[in-house]
Amino acid sequence: MKKLLKCTAALGALSLALGAGLAHAQVNTVGEDERTHLSGGLFDAGSASSNMELEHTVPPIDAFFDERALFAPARFMAEMMAAREAAERGEEATPPAFTPLAMANTDFAFQGDHVFMGNYHGFLVYNIAGDAPELVSAVVCPGGQGDVSVHGNLLFLSVEHNRARLDCGSESAEGTVNPDRFRGIRIFDISDLTAPRQIAAVQTCRGSHTHTLVPDPNDTNILYVYNSGTQPVRPGDELGICSDGQPGENPETSLYSIDIIRVPLDAPETAELISSPRIFADRDTGEIAGLWQGGQLGVASQRTSQTNHCHDITVYPELNLAAGACSGNGILLDISDPANPSRISEMFDPDMAYWHSATFNNEGNVVVFTDEWGGGTAARCRAEDPAHWGANLIATIENNTLRGQAFFKLPAIQGASENCVAHNGSLVPVPGRDIMVQSWYQGGVSVMDFTDPQNPFEIAYFDRGPVDPDNLVVAGYWSSYWYNGRIYASEIARGLDVLRLTTSEHLSEAELAAAEAVIEREVNPQTQTRIVWEDTPVVARAYLDQLARGEAVEARLMERASTEIARWADGRMNRGNLRRLSRDLASAAAGAEGRDGVRLTALGEMLGRVAG
Amino acid sequence: MITVSLLLTLLAAGAVSGPPIVQPGAPGQPSREITAEHSRALSQTRHTAADIRFMQHMIVHHQQAVDMVALIEGRTANPSIIAMGGRIARSQDDEIAMMRDWLERRGEAVEADDLHAHHSHGSHGGHDHHHHTAADPDDIPLMTGMLSVNQMRALEAARGDAFDRLFLEGMIHHHEGALLMVDELLAQPGAAEDIIMSDFTGHIVADQMAEILRMQNLLAALPPAEAEDAAGNSHHHHHHH
Repeated sequence: MKKLLKCTAALGALSLALGAGLAHAQVNTVGEDERTHLSGGLFDAGSASSNMELEHTVPPIDAFFDERALFAPARFMAEMMAAREAAERGEEATPPAFTPLAMANTDFAFQGDHVFMGNYHGFLVYNIAGDAPELVSAVVCPGGQGDVSVHGNLLFLSVEHNRARLDCGSESAEGTVNPDRFRGIRIFDISDLTAPRQIAAVQTCRGSHTHTLVPDPNDTNILYVYNSGTQPVRPGDELGICSDGQPGENPETSLYSIDIIRVPLDAPETAELISSPRIFADRDTGEIAGLWQGGQLGVASQRTSQTNHCHDITVYPELNLAAGACSGNGILLDISDPANPSRISEMFDPDMAYWHSATFNNEGNVVVFTDEWGGGTAARCRAEDPAHWGANLIATIENNTLRGQAFFKLPAIQGASENCVAHNGSLVPVPGRDIMVQSWYQGGVSVMDFTDPQNPFEIAYFDRGPVDPDNLVVAGYWSSYWYNGRIYASEIARGLDVLRLTTSEHLSEAELAAAEAVIEREVNPQTQTRIVWEDTPVVARAYLDQLARGEAVEARLMERASTEIARWADGRMNRGNLRRLSRDLASAAAGAEGRDGVRLTALGEMLGRVAG
Repeated sequence: MITVSLLLTLLAAGAVSGPPIVQPGAPGQPSREITAEHSRALSQTRHTAADIRFMQHMIVHHQQAVDMVALIEGRTANPSIIAMGGRIARSQDDEIAMMRDWLERRGEAVEADDLHAHHSHGSHGGHDHHHHTAADPDDIPLMTGMLSVNQMRALEAARGDAFDRLFLEGMIHHHEGALLMVDELLAQPGAAEDIIMSDFTGHIVADQMAEILRMQNLLAALPPAEAEDAAGNSHHHHHHH
């Protein structure tokens, strides 16, 4: 072991590797189910669902759909080969233009009655006040990948492609260095949703792949943006602050950092890059490249990417915590001073190829990290793909230390023509449980219960067949997030879908109703806020349903609780009984283990408050 | 009159028929409404002659790494070299397939016209008469960051620690060449605007840099070269990126 580590130049990561092994070698099995053999088609594929219904599907508008942007239909290949052969015969021939993914739908932000869906080509604004979403405006600003956030009247958009221009155009400019090129974070004024205006554009050295909003805890006028750039470093001639190279030869290298942008909300046009902290540095030596240097830990391990950037960062400001999915490592940051985040824990895992995104549970003591093995454009859910590669890694936080507990992978084999790997999701606000809805590209949408971080399992899904059964055409769900009672899912090629959960053995009527009753005003899924449930009979009933699944509580107490909650729901509350019940639930909580104890406490406290 | 012409303008732009399609301006500049056709046109990227040449050349460049790895068997028993080689061959093979696919899907030739002459005469020990220089043509690599024919011969002839050293030095040089090729590409106007190209060049840079670091560590861990064998000397002319 030691020799191998030395040979793979991983000395710096030794302590990480040994400290971060999974608690037990749980691997969920992946087999066939009804999702495995669905019929294909762009807009007429077969579909399958369990405990979930597709409520609306909003196809792309003409301005944001082009078959030439699909990656990469056989028809175009045939046309291009024909054009080439014609050219070889000396005939005049123009190969068809071809811009894969140029109009791919990507991430979401939510505000009031509006959903903002990012796109490689800009972003789309939908009004969801009515039954089906209605398009308000389509904003054209090419540059990819269109990670999007909202804050009040401001919208933030990540731009990384070399083609992107400051003015949202696409004209090439002469010269080796292009002053009109823009790679970084755009800020739009969205006070008029029918005509968003660009008000600022903050250039960064590696562009912006994703970003995360972080409010200043002491100054409501200041918003920070954590920027994760993953592209090669731009030339210093184009952007003076940039320089390339490994830290050994260039201590000023633009690699090995994230960017922090400071936005004064009363003058957002003055937003600027304030620092690029060295959050991967070795704590003892200060060496900038202090985490995973890339490569395999062992012969049968994944090939894990080098930690010289984060792919995405999720913050939980109320807890002063951020979880970074940073290429070769998962990390935990203390963000009590958001302008100066400091790393407090890191983990490595030999089965993770690329740490891609992070989602906290509501308590903030569990993090779901995703592994985007293959980059999202590859079929990675086939029968031959390992059941713990390209999966979720569920980690706990104890004493500020991340520790891996289990993997969860979409439990249904997908075809070779379906790009599939773990991707973006968010919590479903069921009180008393940790549940996450998540995208798996053409693997569909899946809902995972990870209340027990060592035993995650699927409780619902929706899936379509491949765009093309014979040819991998990149499509599927980029992000699936819960917002005010529904799941919004961005299909790369097929548009915006709205789904609703249905009751099942895994989700009671009260649990679903309690989740659907949670209403937020603004949601950026990578900026997590604590979910708070109101004191209502349906929330109480949800806890009771969960307690009934186990055997932690004696039957008589369960019956009393059921009776008193029913009376409360009917407007016949008996305060005295509720007070007594509240005390007895608290006593029972003292003797109950794990999550049932937490549920008993929450229920007891709620009934105590209600009884007054 | 004004009302009528405004209405006609709106009708002509298709603006009254659905939600607005808005193209913002540069920061501080107004946005404007555009048509769906205009929006689609803005999404199109072209690939340039430099992009095509980059992909064609990188295939040849990557193939040499695969050729170098093929020499490992029987020449060294160093397990880390063997493991490293296996990884390199797999990743370069994958990328070669991706690049061929990229070219084929765009109706472009997989082989570069400007490398044909070199290919047929130069790569397996034959002399390349296109180079009219005083130096031995077999000392001149086919392109930046490749090994010359003589360097490949030296690698083929080496065994044990000497092989390990030549292999690592050669592969580091080779990988640094790929980084230079990306730099040269990105310096061309309009290059790598194709979205796949843009991502691919990013992956090349990340992967090759990580492998270079690992190989530098492997190199440092080799026993010191005693009385440097003759074959090694031809190798020390690499310029570093």
